[in-house]
Amino acid sequence: MIAYFFRLLGSVLFVSWTVGTLVFFLIHLVPGDPVAVMLGDWASPTDETALREQLGLHLPITTQYWHYITGIFQLDLGQSLFFHQPVSELIAERFPMTLQLAFMALIIASLIAFPLGLWAALRAGKWPDHLSMSVSLIGVSIPNFWLGPMLILFFSLWLAWLPVSGAEQPFSWVLPAVTLGTALAAILARMLRASLLEVLHEDYIRTAQAKGLPSRLVYGKHALLNALLPVVTILGLQLGTLLGGAVITEVVFDWPGLGQLLIESIQRRDYPVVQGCILVISIAYITINGLTELVYAWLDPRIRVAS
Amino acid sequence: MLKYLSYSIVVVWLLMAFAGFFIGDHANEVVLSQFLSPPSEQAFLSTAILGTDELGRPVLERLILGAQTSLFVALGVVFFSAIIGTTIGVYSGYVGGLTDKIITKVIDVFLAFPGLLLAIALAAILGPGIENVVFALVVVGWVGYARLARAQTLSLRNREHILAARSLGVSTPLMLYRHVLPLILAPLGVEATFGIAGAVISEAGLSFLGLGVQPPDASWGSMIKEGTRYLLMAPHLVLAPGIALMLVVLAVNLIGDQWRDHLDVRSKKSRP
Repeated sequence: MIAYFFRLLGSVLFVSWTVGTLVFFLIHLVPGDPVAVMLGDWASPTDETALREQLGLHLPITTQYWHYITGIFQLDLGQSLFFHQPVSELIAERFPMTLQLAFMALIIASLIAFPLGLWAALRAGKWPDHLSMSVSLIGVSIPNFWLGPMLILFFSLWLAWLPVSGAEQPFSWVLPAVTLGTALAAILARMLRASLLEVLHEDYIRTAQAKGLPSRLVYGKHALLNALLPVVTILGLQLGTLLGGAVITEVVFDWPGLGQLLIESIQRRDYPVVQGCILVISIAYITINGLTELVYAWLDPRIRVAS
Repeated sequence: MLKYLSYSIVVVWLLMAFAGFFIGDHANEVVLSQFLSPPSEQAFLSTAILGTDELGRPVLERLILGAQTSLFVALGVVFFSAIIGTTIGVYSGYVGGLTDKIITKVIDVFLAFPGLLLAIALAAILGPGIENVVFALVVVGWVGYARLARAQTLSLRNREHILAARSLGVSTPLMLYRHVLPLILAPLGVEATFGIAGAVISEAGLSFLGLGVQPPDASWGSMIKEGTRYLLMAPHLVLAPGIALMLVVLAVNLIGDQWRDHLDVRSKKSRP
């Protein structure tokens, strides 16, 4: 288990380094001068030189790369051009909001997915199955940047139950979390149904039924617990995906998280912040995936042995 | 029933995209006296049947131009990523050895990166525009095809007909094209179908974020974005492109599901 952990840690570090390098070269090797793009067509040469020196762009690219990579390990991601504040401070302010949103979305998705998937699997082939699977197909196909405005229209503007946007009011998180969680709920429900259907054909389920256990125990204990394993994996992997999906949801609801900061910084051409946001979201994503694998290996010893 | 419905939705999508060629600049014409007028049956048989937007442009015409954008991006993305990904995957799986190890590592790194975020980053750095959207989505999209093609090729490489061809001295490119590719086209086709749905959503998403198609060009994503500002006064501005987007994605996903079930014997059996 410990060897497994270190191998995983190594691979997380390796991928993080690759992502950092990729982001660095993406910004530096793309044709065109970032300074000219940042300042626009009417900037004076003095301003351009000043900005270039401020960003360290006058140094050779290998030196820049070295500063950048060593900076990451010292949690120094540069200065924001717009806020005149360290990027790491900005990110530290916004990141908890994104995590909170993703976490609430995960909970809402599980609350929807488990009853739906269970209902579909126990009534497989009958109308509850068809109904819940159709609902989940719609859930997968509905883009969150459309679902969000629709929820705002219905629950905030027409019914006036929930706030339109922002994060100040007590129930501000509800609509963003539902928006972000819907697609995940749909995927989870389908996974759970498939996984349960596989388990329900196992011999030990028949044995449990034959010895007269109440169906509450047969399904709740024997079937559900065994069907959960692949679902837990998907849950973990999807938490990472939620962080990416949160970008759009945050923009829809004006949620002060990392995604909104990223998009606003793109519009302001605040490249150090863009770089920092992408790096932090990616590393969070990779770390969560790594942790999921670790939990999975802990739950299922066969994986540890196989690798 | 569902099958015909999904195919008809796709056909309507294609027809709309085709109709876009005949609309031309009329869809961008600003008629301020008509602004935000709701859908009405009085406008039946005219393009204002779905109402007009904040600049008085008919929503139906914008929708048609948006269909063109989404179809163009979807076809472009799937075409390029499928060709690039399949070539890399088939080659890697067939040749094996160090090449395969390196390519697998590259695929792993791409898979470890949140796709949408990479597309956002690329679109942001390259600047907005439809070609850049296609490019960004291809950079993200090729990996899926590469992984699938590699896995499929690995399962084929020791088949008798491949060994026979190899012993006859067939060159690697010809071998892959003639003897490997035809056998793995079906699963790749299914992947490509889902890829179309993914590209349609991603294009609309990037345009929604302001990183895709720029005004006055129309995209369903940017129509939703612009419409959210008039949500209470003119919900049709968000409803029309959203429903179009959802129907197309749903239909393409359903078609993909059908093809997968059709090809996959296992899922047929386990289906109750």
